[in-house]
Amino acid sequence: MKWGVIVFPGSNCDRDAHDALGRILKQEVRFIWHKETELGDLDGIILPGGFSYGDYLRSGAIATFSPVMNEVISFAKRGGIVIGICNGFQMLTESGLLPGALRQNHSLSFICQEQPIRVERTDTRFTNQYESHQVMGIPIAHHEGSYFLADNELKRLEDRGGVLFRYCSTDGEVDANSNPNGSVNNIAGIVNEGGNVLGMMPHPERRCDDLIYHSDGRLIFESVIEEFASA
Amino acid sequence: MKVIVEVMPKDGILDPQGKAVQQALHQLGYGEVRNVRVGKRIVLNVEGSDKTIALKRAEEMADTLLANENVEGFKVHLAGGKA
Repeated sequence: MKWGVIVFPGSNCDRDAHDALGRILKQEVRFIWHKETELGDLDGIILPGGFSYGDYLRSGAIATFSPVMNEVISFAKRGGIVIGICNGFQMLTESGLLPGALRQNHSLSFICQEQPIRVERTDTRFTNQYESHQVMGIPIAHHEGSYFLADNELKRLEDRGGVLFRYCSTDGEVDANSNPNGSVNNIAGIVNEGGNVLGMMPHPERRCDDLIYHSDGRLIFESVIEEFASA
Repeated sequence: MKVIVEVMPKDGILDPQGKAVQQALHQLGYGEVRNVRVGKRIVLNVEGSDKTIALKRAEEMADTLLANENVEGFKVHLAGGKA
């Protein structure tokens, strides 16, 4: 697959994503500066983590109006694969490609830790390489990661199976104690109705190399690659 | 002219910052304080003299960028005027 990693001023996980896709997963991958207005020939896009525009106003809000985002939005609307991680997830909600908003952690602290998350579905293009309800430790590193969606919309999201990952305990228990930031229904990652846009706060690109703890995060990208190859 | 945009977390949405401020105020002896909400005040210095247009455009700005309708509400008014 041909991948693009969008680089905003203040992105800091762009290189990790590039390394995971290029060096580890042997994909064709290139950086795309946020001022570019054409994406070229791409099969997948990563909106990486970081602090685009210093998180001014609201995390991800200003990046949403970067020149390249028009292209990213129309790419997503045409069914192109977009993965937004952390700050990238915030951009996806800000741009309306995904519902809801990411707000300050209830603790008001920046949280940086290995966080167990549970895979809620394995029949999607982002999770088909996981075992049912697999639990994996994936790092979170955010200050605005508390996912919020109003009750009626939350029900719609849950009913359509839009939640792909939830924060949980190491044995897979999803409850208030295993919720690090106050996200509604322990939501850590969601997919759009078209099934082609994934947003998640945890950083799977940091768990793609066995040299660094383990490589469970890699299965997200491998799921996409697998599905793409068989399509 | 100066246009003020006030952005506040919507009612019913937990405001962790407001909660923390309230706790601190209680510790300082201001126990009468309830339901503290922390928002943002954005001051726009705008060229032109038509107030109606300035307010209308500030509303658009708030809709598009300054507030996130999922979690925030906003009010727009001229400096010195009423919301």
